[in-house]
Amino acid sequence: MNNAPMDNVNLKRTINFSWLFKMALRDSRRNRGRLLLFISSIVFGIGALVAIYSFRYNIQNDVNEQAASLIGADLTINGNKEPDATMQKLLDSLGEDRSQERSFPSMVYFIKSQSTRLVQVKALQGAFPYYGELETTPVQAGRTFKTGKNALVDKTLMLQFNAKVNDSIKVGNETFLIAGVLNKAPGQTGISSGIAPVVYIPMQYLDKTGLITVGSRINYSYYYKFGSKTDVEKLAKKLDPQLDKAGFGYNTVEGKKEGTSRSFADLSKFLSLVGFIALLLGCVGVASAINIYIREKIQSIAIMRCMGVKASEAFLIYLIQITGIGLIGSVAGAILGTSIQHLLPYVLKDFLPITISVSISWMAIGQGILLGLIISILFALLPLISIRNISPLNTLRLSFDDTTTMRDPFRWLVYVLMLLFIASFSYLQLDSWASAAVFTLGIIIAFLILTAIAWLLIRFTRLLVMSSWSYIWRQGFANLYRPNNQTIILTVSIGLSTAFICTLFLIQQLLISQVTLSTGDNQSNMILFDIQTPQKKGVADLTRKEGLPVLSQVPMITMRLEKVNGKTSADAKKDSTLNISQNAYNYEYRVTYRDSLTSSETITSGTWVGKAEPGKDIPVSAEERFAHRINAKVGDKLVFNVQGVLMNTYISSIRKVNWNKISTNFQVVFPTGSLEDAPQIHVLLTHVPSNTVSAKYQQAVVRQYPNVSIIDLGLVLSVLDDLLGKIGYVIKFMTGFSIITGIIVLISSVRISKYQRIQESVLLRTLGGSRKQIFAITALEYLFLGALSALTGIVIAVGSSWLLAKYSFDMPYSVNFLPVVAIFFIITLLTVVIGLLNSRGILNRSPLEVLRSNA
Amino acid sequence: METILNIANLGKTYKSAGRALTVLDNINFSISAGSTNAIVGPSGSGKTTLLGLCAGLDSASTGIVELNGINLGNLSEDKRAQVRNQYVGFIFQNFQLLPTLTALENVMVPLELRGEKNIKARALDLLDKVGLADRGHHYPAQLSGGEQQRVSLARAFSNSPKILFADEPTGNLDAETSEKVVKLIFDLNREAGTTLVLVTHDLELAAKTHRIIKIKGGKLIADDKTGNE
Repeated sequence: MNNAPMDNVNLKRTINFSWLFKMALRDSRRNRGRLLLFISSIVFGIGALVAIYSFRYNIQNDVNEQAASLIGADLTINGNKEPDATMQKLLDSLGEDRSQERSFPSMVYFIKSQSTRLVQVKALQGAFPYYGELETTPVQAGRTFKTGKNALVDKTLMLQFNAKVNDSIKVGNETFLIAGVLNKAPGQTGISSGIAPVVYIPMQYLDKTGLITVGSRINYSYYYKFGSKTDVEKLAKKLDPQLDKAGFGYNTVEGKKEGTSRSFADLSKFLSLVGFIALLLGCVGVASAINIYIREKIQSIAIMRCMGVKASEAFLIYLIQITGIGLIGSVAGAILGTSIQHLLPYVLKDFLPITISVSISWMAIGQGILLGLIISILFALLPLISIRNISPLNTLRLSFDDTTTMRDPFRWLVYVLMLLFIASFSYLQLDSWASAAVFTLGIIIAFLILTAIAWLLIRFTRLLVMSSWSYIWRQGFANLYRPNNQTIILTVSIGLSTAFICTLFLIQQLLISQVTLSTGDNQSNMILFDIQTPQKKGVADLTRKEGLPVLSQVPMITMRLEKVNGKTSADAKKDSTLNISQNAYNYEYRVTYRDSLTSSETITSGTWVGKAEPGKDIPVSAEERFAHRINAKVGDKLVFNVQGVLMNTYISSIRKVNWNKISTNFQVVFPTGSLEDAPQIHVLLTHVPSNTVSAKYQQAVVRQYPNVSIIDLGLVLSVLDDLLGKIGYVIKFMTGFSIITGIIVLISSVRISKYQRIQESVLLRTLGGSRKQIFAITALEYLFLGALSALTGIVIAVGSSWLLAKYSFDMPYSVNFLPVVAIFFIITLLTVVIGLLNSRGILNRSPLEVLRSNA
Repeated sequence: METILNIANLGKTYKSAGRALTVLDNINFSISAGSTNAIVGPSGSGKTTLLGLCAGLDSASTGIVELNGINLGNLSEDKRAQVRNQYVGFIFQNFQLLPTLTALENVMVPLELRGEKNIKARALDLLDKVGLADRGHHYPAQLSGGEQQRVSLARAFSNSPKILFADEPTGNLDAETSEKVVKLIFDLNREAGTTLVLVTHDLELAAKTHRIIKIKGGKLIADDKTGNE
């Protein structure tokens, strides 16, 4: 035998990338429709993220550019008590130019319309704002109103009371001329002006209003402008200890920039997480679509392998194809995202204190495209790596060997990479490895539950199918377990899509129901506060005279926390192991005293003591979250500073308070016999039956007691309702992406089974099966799969939303079953309809045509 | 005469439902370069499995397959792919053209894989030889069965293989087309000096080769010269 020596045989062919690219392009030619499914799975997810990222970058730029006008000065110093002489001296020594402002909530009275409303009164002195301006109509009013007894009134108030410029408004005892409509003040958002509308008055008239009395909650703000040579940041840091000691805080342009960016980072993180869910659904879509695609390519791959294409080359041909298609999908997503980012400032405009510019963010586009590529490749890898196992023998006879072997180490590597990707991306959105781990674990659990359910379904259906059933029923159910069934992949993809969409929906419902406060007949819907002790009886009498009930009247005393177990603010700052929040020391507590608990309170530890014993430490009850903030437990000692007088107390009990119930709730409750002599104000709760009664009652109160403020919960609820409507709109807008992606994934998943069912549907037709019979068999199979997957998805969603409600949002859980049932039927119906539509294409063609094209 | 294919003690066992199933058992034969050979046998006799092993599409459970002096048993699947690309041509019953490539591109693929130059002219020349010069830009779905098999022939000869394996090359064709395709196979084979191994049920077709290897129940039961030279 004359053998060619092995050495002469060149078996070291190098990979020719240009040929691989050429083959990838050629091979994709007649499959572009199918690849469209793959593209569309990621387009909406990437679109949502690019829009959010662009929005984030634009906000960062805008915040940087507009930061000075957000605080209107180089430095602001704030406190909620009047500065002492030393502090005043310091405050007067700063800056090249300075302004000051005192702000407090108060009722105002619109004389023309005879209406009243609680507003934030801001008494201003000086040339503030130094950057930006008080945007008013007419324009000059913002600068000139301080020259006389004028006021600037927020535009929402002007609209509400149909007031015009030059009308009059009464603030306390003084009447002011409305010099202009306040459109925007530095740092103000649409939402904040809706909740606490502002009225500016010149400071020189403040005392005459008579609103500054004992217990008034006044904020003192000082605004400074410095020369360009002053390093304001350095100065502010130097002043910090002094200010801190006096109970004052400060803000600089840089600080405001950071703070604003941070709060927007939170907003965009939330939006990104919603977008990420759309993207995760897209990942399921990518995996399903590529799975179908590669199954349909087995024969072509086997032919190429026969002709000498190496496994790695075949893998690379399809990897290039997927990368190319992924790139197109990501670019399409980026274009969609860049277009819809124009909508985001519109959707979110009420939450923004700055003017948002809309410009193309190449950074966001780059990130979106990169993310799209990573997802396309990563989630296509599972079916792609199975290419390596496709034998050339498939050209001779179609191998029924599963090309996806669980022993393939690459398969496990891909699983690990997928989990790492999900965990890392969630970490980027959630900023916490623990939350990211929980999120990823949740997805793994959902995946495992769905796989287990599908597996059990396959086992049990086999046992359930009876020979006595009609052929259609037997065949429809048998399709769930016969070889090449798609039960697992369809259950997992439809179930996961349902779980994602339904979780979003349930959480949205919960958030909305959470803030829809109940205002039944016997519940208070109007709160009067700042009632001075001498006015207490008069206000209660007036209320009864108007035919309204005095539901409760409680005293309120303001105080600060001085020591926790002997540790002062300075000690807590030095020793972080004490775990006492600094804010706990800076906060001005409003506490009450009484001899019993209210219906919204429950003791969780310790014992409630209703009466203090003279000469001993006072037993107080701490609200559980307050106790947590100061890291205190029952028996711990607290020292409060009640307007200069130190009071020694100890925690006798810790309470849980239902803050959702409208009543006067407190963080700290003292027993009777402790604070009766302290300077105090009173709060009165009543119920007004209608807007007319409310208006009449408010007018009467304001006329007689101008210092008393009134919160009309009806008004608050309508503001809240408006706010929730806006938040709900944002959530729905973002959820829309997930829903569209979910439907695409559903289509893509059901298409897999089309591939599996073509051959046998055609054979059944050839053997004489009617279209109606095949339709019925197909419908039954999809009905069962759709219903079971949707049901499992919903059960997972109920579980995950319960966990989110309990551990993330800390709110009571309830499910509104009607929309959930609707989701169940919609998903089931969609599965059946898409399944039948897929089969229709086959059933409309003659069996011969199909058999020929498959030959 | 030079031996192009040497099969010694060849066996193939599959695992099916937990049981070992022997499809081929102790097969021995050699094939000389330039000869034409037919493997015949009833359905399920193992002839397609034998072809798959001879062509390096699968690996044997026992024994040796030497193709052009290369022991395929020592090679990985990727190395065997390169051996196929350099020395082997294939013709299948189902034509097995890549559906997304035109006829011309299908013929060009083996040459492109080898990184050869001026391949388009060569592929066009081969298409011309099989009478499809004007159908080069058609996709397989746009061609009849006979035309597809002729494209497959042109592709099989494109890399100037030393050995050509044909699995039931006329199994899907009508009698008239079959005759034309068979004539082309033998003409091109003679012209290129290629060794031909065809697997068939068709004894008339087998009779046109130099030698008939009969397989039954996974064993070689006869190895006859036909007298054609």
